Amino acid sequence: MARHLSTYVGLVHRGEQTLVDSLRQVASGHPEDPDTALVCRSLARQHEGGLQRLGPVADRYGEEDVEEPQRLHAEALTRTRSGGVGLLRDLQDLYVLAALLQTSWTILEQAAQGARDDELLQLSTEALTQVARTIAWLTTHLKAASPQILLVGP
Amino acid sequence: MSDRTVDVWGPRTPHARGTDWPIRVDLHLADGLTEADVDRWVRSACVLCSNGCGCEIAVKDGRMVGVRGTATDAVNHGRLGPKGLYGSWPWASSGDRLTTPLVRDAGQLRPASWDEAMGRIVEQSRRILRDKGPLGIGFYTSGQLFLEEYYTLAVIGKAGLGTPHMDGNTRLCTATAGESMKESFGCDGQPGAYTDIEHTDAIFLYGHNMPETQTVLWARVLDRTRGDDPPVIVCVDPRTTDVAREAARTGGVHLAPRPGTNQALMNGMVRELLARGWHDEQWVQAHTVGLETLRKVVEPYTLDEVERICSVPAADVARAVEIFGTSERVLSTVLQGFYQSHQATAAACQVNNLHLLRGLIGRPGCGILQMNGQPTAQNTRETGADGDLPGFRNWDNAEHIAQLATLWNVEEKIIPHWAPPTHAMQIFRYAEQGSIELLWISATNPAVSMPDLHRVRQVLTSEKCFVVVQDVFLTETARLADVVLPAAGWGEKTGTYTNVNRTVHLSEKAVEPPGEARSDLDIFLAYADAMDFRDKDGGPLITWRTPEEAFEAWKRCSAGRPCDYTALTYDRLRGPTGICWPVTDEHPDGTERLYGDGVFPTSTDYCETYGRDLLTGGAVTREQHAAQDPAGRAVLRGAPYVPPLEEPDDDYPLRLATGRTVYHFHTRTKTGRARELEAAAPGAWVELAEADAAALGVADGDPVRVESRRGWIEAPARIERTRPREGTVFVPFHYGYWDAGAAGPDDDREPRAANELTLTWWDPVSKQPMFKTAAVRVRRVEVM
Repeated sequence: MARHLSTYVGLVHRGEQTLVDSLRQVASGHPEDPDTALVCRSLARQHEGGLQRLGPVADRYGEEDVEEPQRLHAEALTRTRSGGVGLLRDLQDLYVLAALLQTSWTILEQAAQGARDDELLQLSTEALTQVARTIAWLTTHLKAASPQILLVGP
Repeated sequence: MSDRTVDVWGPRTPHARGTDWPIRVDLHLADGLTEADVDRWVRSACVLCSNGCGCEIAVKDGRMVGVRGTATDAVNHGRLGPKGLYGSWPWASSGDRLTTPLVRDAGQLRPASWDEAMGRIVEQSRRILRDKGPLGIGFYTSGQLFLEEYYTLAVIGKAGLGTPHMDGNTRLCTATAGESMKESFGCDGQPGAYTDIEHTDAIFLYGHNMPETQTVLWARVLDRTRGDDPPVIVCVDPRTTDVAREAARTGGVHLAPRPGTNQALMNGMVRELLARGWHDEQWVQAHTVGLETLRKVVEPYTLDEVERICSVPAADVARAVEIFGTSERVLSTVLQGFYQSHQATAAACQVNNLHLLRGLIGRPGCGILQMNGQPTAQNTRETGADGDLPGFRNWDNAEHIAQLATLWNVEEKIIPHWAPPTHAMQIFRYAEQGSIELLWISATNPAVSMPDLHRVRQVLTSEKCFVVVQDVFLTETARLADVVLPAAGWGEKTGTYTNVNRTVHLSEKAVEPPGEARSDLDIFLAYADAMDFRDKDGGPLITWRTPEEAFEAWKRCSAGRPCDYTALTYDRLRGPTGICWPVTDEHPDGTERLYGDGVFPTSTDYCETYGRDLLTGGAVTREQHAAQDPAGRAVLRGAPYVPPLEEPDDDYPLRLATGRTVYHFHTRTKTGRARELEAAAPGAWVELAEADAAALGVADGDPVRVESRRGWIEAPARIERTRPREGTVFVPFHYGYWDAGAAGPDDDREPRAANELTLTWWDPVSKQPMFKTAAVRVRRVEVM
């Protein structure tokens, strides 16, 4: 029972970890852009806090690892690109990872409501707030940075 | 008059709560002169700190020879501080003024005509516009120019060229003040008034060493704490400043949080206030939104938790909150100890929250002063010569852009509004990368005042960027420029400016500028003429020629906005006192306090910003803002404490804080040329905590070297002065290299500018650099 729910617990668990690793990767890859370096590190730490709170729930539900949803996994960034356009691409990659995570949490939040699981519901709500914050920052930074990079960048 | 470098605040004139602050006229004239010798007195206001004291300039034989406080001015009741008295005027007749433009040929600056110098700037501008468009041009201006000059520059940048790259050095000092008010109240604009000091029961100073930064305001405080029915002082500062001593004297408390933990302390204070039920539930319900979210955010910050994070005794925090929660009237002021620290905007917003929770706003004695560091910083922000749009308009609101387009008669699309205007640190980054090819710097000295000077000098000397510097002296920055334009300074030109508590003053021209120096307004107008900026019907974009005409143009821009100047005129500003905006037909004598009616400029169509996430700076969208529907209610903004990202480590075990001292302003361009001030503080020093000094084997006066990952400086140690918290090192930021005729350190000159050590980090919300975070190590050196 609730096998698919377990699958999604596993998905968000890995998705959070992937995002944390990727935020750190982008932070260290763009030290010359303090907005990126500092905020990505800060966001990584916040997502990590969420990961820790996820632990007990993951234990309770188990983390199913079935074939089909695995196709939803995105790999963490293992390297960053250089230069302005490279920064934009890296931020876009983070956006894709965050958006995937956001949909997984949305699905899980719905199930938590159906299951009347207060702990999971609260966790989902907090996680969705956090991922929305991450996406809002990525959007803000992409919007501010892109004209200069695309039109007059070196 | 006594030696005011020693008697910094002057004689006391104590008075009881609710009575007028007595008049005390301070005067200083050149050696041997008396008031009878003065040919004429010219109305002005002091520009050597952000207080904005009304004053008159003494003129004799066509030269400025002294200054006298204006007895009738509401800001200072006749007083002036040591910087104003000694530093306001001697620089003007200094022999090393810039008197002709300079241009760089074969690596050397040489005198040139205005035509030649301006011709080079125009040629570069046209080339860049042709090759890359307006994104290749950036402006870095000041908190020292006049309103008319900023507004003209803003129109040139936003409607003439169409570049988003314009900011002021206000980014370094007051960006967080503006941002915190935008977040809490929907718009910039100080709620409080200086007269709140006369009425209040408690004054909280957050990271604000007022005795050194605004000496006349501190004299005003002392005249209350030494009078009948005095207010209690609460000091939040890692150093044991005179504020801390006054807190002890008045039965208040000194909280010295570990650097980087202000937000944890503030969250704890908000939590305690709510837990004790000292908030005004009814007022909060009627006039704010966000209480439940805030309550949740601050929940973990118990007094014990605050003690653990901040190393501040729980009982002291409880006492501070008790004072805040039980005093009938409270005044709060905030400055760089918050603005230049970790989580700057978030922490400054918590100060606003404490007042909002008790409804202590907009009535006598209940003020908030999110301080400015500079005399005209408020105008940089109002006119949009920084990262704002003119008239506190919202870059993300299409209707606000349309208003500007109509006012200037240009197409909306020429006004950059796809993102907030570019902040100063990012402008330098673009110049470093070469995507900004022309950087025009006016009345500021980034080669000393910006963080990480080695990098700043590289940007300024780079072949990729053509640098224009407009100043009164050949500053460190000017020495690195491609074109230097000689500017007229204070007393040599006419214009208005607005201080911390929104008081507008007129400063009239007293003397002629030297040589070919021109007012900054005339320089900007000359550029606009040469570039031939046009509106959409082919008429000239800039239709004004004189300061007064520029002021009238600005009034039209300010109409209907919170900083409404429409009923002000130059004539009204000729006395007896400066006047606080908004000044409208409805409020012709100005507005002493904002928000007395509990209505805030937060409606979605009117606000200056939809807000930002306090942890990341991520923008709130119009839709999100409208959904929250603050509609005139203030917003209680919250954020958890997050630890600083870089803590001192084994290699660099101490934390550096830079700051101001009472005898100098900024990079000493004026104060370093005043004999009394220079004698009082001729060189840099390094303040150490007693325990740290002992561990390092350093005695008072010993030469020490301070090193960070970016650079090093050497200066004598001071142990006793303000006793920084253990683990913290303090270095004043005023000292550079111009007195030695250099732009920076070299083989013959050891580094001494504090910003050799600092790092290029900033608050993600206000983008204000963190000058109080660098990790450093200190050791004794043998010779200097």
